[in-house]
Amino acid sequence: MFGYEFYVDPSRCIGCQSCVSACAECGTHRGVSMIHLDFIDRPNTIATAPMVCMHCEDPTCAQVCPADAIKKGEDGIVRTALKPRCIGCSNCVLACPFGVPNVFAEMELMMKCDMCYDRTSIGKRPMCATVCPSQALMYVPAEQAAQKRRERASNEFHFGGQVVRTKVHYMLPASEPVMSVDVADAIWEGEE
Amino acid sequence: MSQQKECPKQRLWSEEFSVRSGESSFVERRQFTRFLTLTSFAMFAGQLWLVAKNLLSRRQAAFPALVVNGADGLAVGSAKVFQYPTPQDNCLLVRVGEQKFVAYSQKCTHLSCAVLYSAKHNRLECPCHEGYFSIEDGRVLQGPPPRPLPRVELERRGSELVAIGMTTGEES
Repeated sequence: MFGYEFYVDPSRCIGCQSCVSACAECGTHRGVSMIHLDFIDRPNTIATAPMVCMHCEDPTCAQVCPADAIKKGEDGIVRTALKPRCIGCSNCVLACPFGVPNVFAEMELMMKCDMCYDRTSIGKRPMCATVCPSQALMYVPAEQAAQKRRERASNEFHFGGQVVRTKVHYMLPASEPVMSVDVADAIWEGEE
Repeated sequence: MSQQKECPKQRLWSEEFSVRSGESSFVERRQFTRFLTLTSFAMFAGQLWLVAKNLLSRRQAAFPALVVNGADGLAVGSAKVFQYPTPQDNCLLVRVGEQKFVAYSQKCTHLSCAVLYSAKHNRLECPCHEGYFSIEDGRVLQGPPPRPLPRVELERRGSELVAIGMTTGEES
């Protein structure tokens, strides 16, 4: 589906776990969900946010892979680890700024979201975007996203000094120029 | 963000093992030519080494003279194993006549099984793949062996039978 883009809008997520269930039903990674549904601040709010692989232009996970197991296709999709190569070392898990890859120790294999490559490569929408009732995850042409949403779609993220550009877009408030994350903000410093 | 780190120069391994699947399987014409040149050179050097090794080994091929013990006690039409030219090389001595002895390497030229003397057929037989050799000159009578058996040259010195050299299968 040429011109279609993936958009993540955490403000619309209702935490229904439909995406998690739909992802786990996929035949290529049976019973294991590749999508993360994160609780933002569980003691204080029920807010949740879905996290899929952002498919970075220069994927950090693949850069740090010592076994050359993570490849990015011509279409910009960063594939899940190649099974014969992956050694389950968890380098990608530690390196990914979005916390996407999952290592399954018993299989010695990393698996992550590959934007339902089996579906999107033949013109179908990713499973999570298909089932999301509030369209917090959507796979639509860029014009449609701009037309229907007030938020601004951004695909540039700043993690300290590292600038990451991605294929997947994140919906930000129109006032927010770019998503800037300081890791120090997320470090828990104990009860005060 | 104010400070953005400069992208470090791409290292050689990251070009060879590119993250992008298209690039990692792409071979430049220059890379291919370099590969061809280097492998051709390696093949050429290997051939030279083989030739040199062959020449050197021929030059050093001086065989010792060794007395074959127990030759006189051997009945006509029977065989015995002896070691020549080194204790690791088994050879087969066959008494084909009252005064006539022949000896061959016991190692079959096919897959190095030990050949045995068959008095019934008067030939040397390899039991592994039924390769038969002539008792006269060691040539292959039948079966898979590609070359004749190396022959041990014998000489009568007084009462002793002495092994004085070997002729390889190709030369005999």
